[in-house]
Amino acid sequence: MLFNHIHRMPRRAFVALAAGALLAAGCTDAAEPQDGPLAERVSVSDAWAKAVDAGMTSVFATFANDGVRDAQLVSAASPVAATVEIHEVVSDGAGGSRMQPKAGGITVPAHGRTELAPGGDHLMLMDLRHPLRPGDEVELTVTFADGSTLPVTAQVRDFAGAQENYSGGADHADHGDHRHADEHTGHHHG
Amino acid sequence: MADRPARWALSRRRVLLGGAAAAAGTALTGCGAPRSAGAAGSGTTGFGSATVPFHGPHQAGVTTDPQAHALFIALDLVPPPGRDPREALRAVLKLWTADAARLTRGRPAVADTEPELAEHPARLTVTVGLGPALFDRVGLAALRPPTVAELPGFATDRLEPAWCGGDLLLQLCGDDPVALAHAARVLLKNTRTLTRPRWRQTGFRNAYGARPDGTAMRNLMGQVDGTVNPRGEDAFDRYVWDDGAAAPWFAGGTVAIVRRIRMELDTWDELDRTSKELTVGRRLDTGAPLTGEHEFDEPDFAAEVGGIPVIPPNAHIALARRRTDDEQFLRRPYNYDDPPAPGATTDCGLIFVTYQRDPARQFVPVQQRLAEADALNPWITTIGSAVFAILPGVRSDRDWLGRGLFERG
Repeated sequence: MLFNHIHRMPRRAFVALAAGALLAAGCTDAAEPQDGPLAERVSVSDAWAKAVDAGMTSVFATFANDGVRDAQLVSAASPVAATVEIHEVVSDGAGGSRMQPKAGGITVPAHGRTELAPGGDHLMLMDLRHPLRPGDEVELTVTFADGSTLPVTAQVRDFAGAQENYSGGADHADHGDHRHADEHTGHHHG
Repeated sequence: MADRPARWALSRRRVLLGGAAAAAGTALTGCGAPRSAGAAGSGTTGFGSATVPFHGPHQAGVTTDPQAHALFIALDLVPPPGRDPREALRAVLKLWTADAARLTRGRPAVADTEPELAEHPARLTVTVGLGPALFDRVGLAALRPPTVAELPGFATDRLEPAWCGGDLLLQLCGDDPVALAHAARVLLKNTRTLTRPRWRQTGFRNAYGARPDGTAMRNLMGQVDGTVNPRGEDAFDRYVWDDGAAAPWFAGGTVAIVRRIRMELDTWDELDRTSKELTVGRRLDTGAPLTGEHEFDEPDFAAEVGGIPVIPPNAHIALARRRTDDEQFLRRPYNYDDPPAPGATTDCGLIFVTYQRDPARQFVPVQQRLAEADALNPWITTIGSAVFAILPGVRSDRDWLGRGLFERG
């Protein structure tokens, strides 16, 4: 009976139990699973958004994870935008680059950092409800794979770069051919 | 992604410096300390890594030992259509706070496109002020401290509008002009949709390390400049820092006066050395008063030789000398040497910057005496003038410049 009971436990728990029995109390196994929400171990800094009058714009930030599990950032929302997408910038195979939704979201590795920066992964505020002006602050909520959330305040900044090409959803397909064009700020004119 | 190589380079540099220090047999610990690394001959000089704290009850750059280089940039607040001026001012101050807090620590600004240029701040300070007229423009007239007002005209003023006034002052000081140029670029471009540059004055003192520490600088007339100054925290509290009695939000601030004084060096050259010394009242070589031996000797204005005062009553230092205890203020001047007009040899002078609690009580009486009779007047001409409320300091990462103006009660 006892054997059966142990047999049904996850292998990791069994190992932990065995180690605990051998070392008595106070064992601090680094591989010990952590039960808290992922968001509790993630902090955000240097968050900013590119100023824009209308349409869409990108948000950048640095996420640091001091937990023992990778934190997968899977979605985001903001009161200033109809939707928020997670984007990556990839080579278009013709010497340029374009952005597209990033499958699986963004990983903030255990005991590591992930930087969202122009030319790389970023959050994209879609269908802005009002202009984002330099010095404004934009509130976002990012959600991790376990459903836990982290509030983010991004300072709006006048920035000449971050004009990666967008070739994502069908409603933006008309911009797919304009390499290096000012897609983010130009979208609302279309 | 773009700054990952930069990060890597920084740690690699630290490793190399640490190795150099160890190889030179210097410090066993603290290999990452830039000063010891610089001493080990790594090619990096220690002073590039020196910083002046940004946070505190007062802004840095006022009582800070003057750095070698300075930029004084006046801007007007020009909110885009539809943006409330007060809200625009708040945005400018928040952006400058965020950028200055980082750049002065040697960290790149947020969204810094040239992060490498921020690595060596060399005692960079960023000091921000508001012009008297701005308070009205943003609907905060009731909060303008009574001490923040335009100066009266002086008889010798030959003011050129191009060097006068301004809604905002951005004062950048540092020992490395590259760090200064980068900071100016960052701070200006991040607010370019909200401001319009009005004037810009580039100032310098002796290069870092060129003169012994603690000696007053020389201006381009060759005179030792800035000898008479309040020194020490008690004197700064008495003469420089506002105590908030008239406007509580302004406690810890001060009032800056930025005067551009052109030197007429072509005619100054016509004077012999003795005449130059009599004009100022100090010796050119040591900076000592004509009645003393050392720079910091008290001048004896009563001393006479054969019935003639040793220091003429209209010598610069005789008239600049305080008549009351109030007539003291902090002088922090910089030289300027700009491209001259066609046909002229030089365009030199002094960016004469003073900080005081109340210009009307401290600065104006002295300047009126000088304007009336200073023997130096034929060779100096004030062509620019501006007054700014230097905001109280930023207390923490949650605080921001001018917060007291917006969050009262």
